[in-house]
Amino acid sequence: MTKKIGLIVNPVAGIGGRAGLKGSDSPEIIELAAKMGIESESRKRSEVVLTEIYKFRDKFELIVAPGEMGEDAAKAMGFNPMILGEINSGSTTSNDTEKIAMKMMDMGVDLLLFVGGDGTARNIYNAVNTSITVLGIPSGVKMHSSVFSITPKIAGELISKYFQNGMGTREAEVMDIDEELFRHGKVVARLYGYLKVPNLANLVQGTKVGGIDTEASIMQGIATTVTEMMKRDNEYIYIIGPGTTTRAITDKLDLESTLLGVDVLYKNKLVAKDVDEITILNLIRDKPAKIIVTPIGGQGYVFGRGNQQISYDVIKLVGKNNIIIVSTIEKLTSIKNKTLLVDTGREDVDNMLCGVYRIITGYRSEHTYKIK
Amino acid sequence: MGNENNKARKRNFHQARWNEPIIMEMGTKGERGILIPAVEAEVRAITGEIESLIPKGLRRKKAPALPEMSQMQVLRHYLRLSQETMGADFNIDIGLGTCTMKYNPKIHEVFVRSHKMTDLHPYQDESTVQGILEVLYKMGEFCKEISGLDTFTFQPTAGTQAIYSNASVVRAYHEDNGEGEERDEIITTIFSHPGNPAAASTAGYRVITLMPDESGLPDFEALEAIVSNRTAALIITNPEDTGIFNPRIKEFTDLVHSVGGLCIYDQANLNGVFGITRAKEGGFDMCHFNLHKTFSSPHGSQGPGAGAQGVTKKLSKYLPTPTIEFDGEKYYFQYNRPDSIGKLRKFYGVPPVVLRAYAYVMSLGAAGLKEVAEISILNNNYMLERMLKEIPGISMPMAEGVRRLEQARLSWEKLKEDTGVGTDDIDRRIVDYGFQSYFTSHHPQIISEPFTPEPVETYSKADIDEYVEAFKEIANEAYSTPEVVKTAPHNAALSTIADPEGLVNYEKFACTWRGFKKYIQP
Repeated sequence: MTKKIGLIVNPVAGIGGRAGLKGSDSPEIIELAAKMGIESESRKRSEVVLTEIYKFRDKFELIVAPGEMGEDAAKAMGFNPMILGEINSGSTTSNDTEKIAMKMMDMGVDLLLFVGGDGTARNIYNAVNTSITVLGIPSGVKMHSSVFSITPKIAGELISKYFQNGMGTREAEVMDIDEELFRHGKVVARLYGYLKVPNLANLVQGTKVGGIDTEASIMQGIATTVTEMMKRDNEYIYIIGPGTTTRAITDKLDLESTLLGVDVLYKNKLVAKDVDEITILNLIRDKPAKIIVTPIGGQGYVFGRGNQQISYDVIKLVGKNNIIIVSTIEKLTSIKNKTLLVDTGREDVDNMLCGVYRIITGYRSEHTYKIK
Repeated sequence: MGNENNKARKRNFHQARWNEPIIMEMGTKGERGILIPAVEAEVRAITGEIESLIPKGLRRKKAPALPEMSQMQVLRHYLRLSQETMGADFNIDIGLGTCTMKYNPKIHEVFVRSHKMTDLHPYQDESTVQGILEVLYKMGEFCKEISGLDTFTFQPTAGTQAIYSNASVVRAYHEDNGEGEERDEIITTIFSHPGNPAAASTAGYRVITLMPDESGLPDFEALEAIVSNRTAALIITNPEDTGIFNPRIKEFTDLVHSVGGLCIYDQANLNGVFGITRAKEGGFDMCHFNLHKTFSSPHGSQGPGAGAQGVTKKLSKYLPTPTIEFDGEKYYFQYNRPDSIGKLRKFYGVPPVVLRAYAYVMSLGAAGLKEVAEISILNNNYMLERMLKEIPGISMPMAEGVRRLEQARLSWEKLKEDTGVGTDDIDRRIVDYGFQSYFTSHHPQIISEPFTPEPVETYSKADIDEYVEAFKEIANEAYSTPEVVKTAPHNAALSTIADPEGLVNYEKFACTWRGFKKYIQP
């Protein structure tokens, strides 16, 4: 059966970056960039991917969003694609992305390509969650998410392999920062969710480890090590941060966890789910506690991105020695500046957290990393 | 006679391709390689039928399903297969860094294939095997001199087994001191040989791996932060996979000793420091050499190896049993070793591998061994200079400006970004030029798109030039005709693996019956 590839281009992705406007999420910014005469970067990038996949065009059917959201680039590169949805050319919005992505999901595309940045990734996440396999072609200002291929050219190679061999998928983080705050010099990123991307070593950002261990088996090893420790140190309350690595721990204990939130365990039981800072503080006031967190792939933040509930007050009360960091080696090596980062909002707490940590990376296996 | 003006030769290589079936699919019923004459009547009268000579429980009920073939067919089959491999003797085998693929002198094969060697049996009385015991004993003396340590054994049949044996000695030592339970951690580094964490883990230890600091060397500050009374040992390679020598190594071993831990030096590949530095001066308690790497015994294809395991005096009593001793008149096995970790193998290592290594040391002498290291460092730095200057898209990440010793971990990351052609593609393409596919990196890959060459002392300048030219040409192809590289190999016997991920996916591919029953057909 012929496979179906969907393509959605965010025509204004990246436009704000070239204009020095730190993101392109609002209509005003787009207008401003247009006034400055900034051309669309995403069109060029779509054409690179389309050139790459043109080589095996007989193997798939191409379904695109109309006009500048895919159709124009596809036709220019020699495709005769099926067109899905409607847009108001010249004034497209994130709503269009979401609506068309949902349509593509409903018609059962095998792989949904989107050209854009973190904002576009969020729209795709809102529309399809992890129901279909997607791949981001990097073209945004902010690309904190790990759903993007390294370059558009490499995306072509990846798609070819994906279709030839029907390779596996993995969940990758969708991250975004608040652009309004970012423009005022403040970086507040949060984890929005996970998208399902092709699992090919070296081709997707943030997956740089090959080898024979699968990600799932490594996470099992981490979870076993941590649960062994929890059994031994069972007088502690455990504050479990968000993420798929920490989820492996709660899965191991047969507990229903909150992927994007913070849960609290005591004696292997869930005592509070998806908690806020105040709840955590109340729970740990008179009991010793440990925090289990995982860094965010690519950027390496351990605190202050996606887990702000574990606030500086919580961290101070728990103490540095009771912080347990878990991560696959794959994720650790994806961290760009080779050190872990914290941004709790309080300099004294950030300074206190600096130092060497033993990251649990597998069954009874640890790697040293520094928080700087 | 060489010609200085000759440019590196281009080979126009094309490998034989035979489409040869596996041997179990071959043969014709009734065909034989050897026809054994029928037993004479008088003999049969005395012995009875042949079946009666075999105990009933051992008799086959059905003939084994072996291929029935003539000698010529068998010979042809294996010659064809040999033409489809990239043998170490007909290519410039620089690519398998960390493996120290040096020339294996052919005279050594004469020694080990001599009937004096092949007729030996491990159950012979000691008095009849004094020759080989003398070789083993004297090779131990050489290793003591090379390492500065006090006792050696050749019982491990591989480097990893030697590491495992060293980790077992660590356990025995701490148990003797009443700290066996408490000291449950072994520290290693990310660029040390992966056999280190693996062997430590197999020996039951928790493993902590040090990541490098900005200099590309293991982070000393991190070591300071993690050593404790739980530290059983440090296992470290130096130079590491990166080829960077750690000049602070004595500070590392001193620190571990200060908390009561032991220090193990992985010297599987000794080529960069042979005769220049020793385990003893680095402060190590234990080390091992792979005789099948540095000491020229052939290796590869899972052939026999030998791990020479050495320890200081205080640890000697824990070495595996037996050891080989000399009482001034005769050589003998010493089995009376109550503190030993026990036996690693039924007999005693792989003597032919040790004999080759012995011949190697005897023919080179002390000065020659030092020269081995010097030439391999020179060769490597000449090769790196050319590669980094002349090949587009290649780089040597970490510790910029720091000289490498005998090997280096390079990266094709820039080439990949520029052209989409990555290390796996180049690794396949190099075979089209008549070179063995190369070693990328141990896992996890800290350096992306890795390539780890090691031009040992046995290669000439012309060999290295030819090797560099091939990569230069491939890198240029990547920029001009990337498809050629991506679809390689074109001239080799084998093409690409159709589904490489399938080979590591246990739900698709089982290499044991247990795995098949567990994942594929539960």
